[in-house]
Amino acid sequence: MTADDRRVARYAAAAIALSVAEAALPSPLPGVKPGLANIIVLVVLARHGWRDAAWVSLLRVLAGSLAIGQFLAPGFFLALAGAVCSLAVLALAQALPLRWFGPVTASVLAAFAHIGGQLLLARAWLVPHDGVFFLLPLFATAALVFGTINGLIAARLLALPRESAPS
Amino acid sequence: MSDRLPDGLRELLRTAAGAGSGPWHQLLRPGDWLLLLVSAALVAVSYPLLWRGGVADRAIVKRDGQLVTELALNVPRRFEVEGAIGTTVIEVQPGRARVLSDPGPRQYCVQQGWLTRVNAVAICAPNHVTLQLGGRGGANAGYDSINY
Repeated sequence: MTADDRRVARYAAAAIALSVAEAALPSPLPGVKPGLANIIVLVVLARHGWRDAAWVSLLRVLAGSLAIGQFLAPGFFLALAGAVCSLAVLALAQALPLRWFGPVTASVLAAFAHIGGQLLLARAWLVPHDGVFFLLPLFATAALVFGTINGLIAARLLALPRESAPS
Repeated sequence: MSDRLPDGLRELLRTAAGAGSGPWHQLLRPGDWLLLLVSAALVAVSYPLLWRGGVADRAIVKRDGQLVTELALNVPRRFEVEGAIGTTVIEVQPGRARVLSDPGPRQYCVQQGWLTRVNAVAICAPNHVTLQLGGRGGANAGYDSINY
């Protein structure tokens, strides 16, 4: 086990804790969630690069679903589709100049990719009808709001002086 | 206790407890503002684009799935259809239509009231008669009130 593995595991633990805590929150519409665990993914992305962020994100989906009893349920596959799409978009967003685009851009783009991936999977598999896209404006609004908030929190966290180097 | 928490979570709790300073807007870079504005505009546009029902302009009356008549929704009128167990009366007014009376025992299609949206449908199953609104569809042209 390398120091890299430990670091990824520690961040993933934080992300899992957030997604389990979030599962306890009531939601007005299934699928509309703050996605607090993505704050951790954004922080890891900025500090340690895309590879570590992908590990944290996918471990979060896997272990988070195990912890709340969703593993291999439809919600798990929707979360996985969202996470994979988000990571793909974050990989592209890495090309944006850092001087102009900060964590908020990454967060909002990832949030849109997340709902995009979920809706496409839902359309292809769970609800084989274009009716699912009727919900798109609501999901997009939630993605914009929560993406902005999560991005701001991540930006604030990244602006903090590091308290210690990770062991 | 706090040193047993994972890094990210500890930092997040510190942030939540008010560590760090400065107003929130300083965390946004110029491109972030641009992206937020463009996204907000796109989201705002998506509502009318995806939620537009289209304009209903005709009432389609069918019996046993076969077209009986199409009534334009611009003049008020009544139309009677002979069905399997009696006569269904359709009433049309500008922009809307309803089943005024039907011999069916449960009267579902009558109680549905006025139909106003494109593809809304009232089904008088016992009498084998359906009333559906048609029109130039928007993005929702493929939906009807069964599916939604």
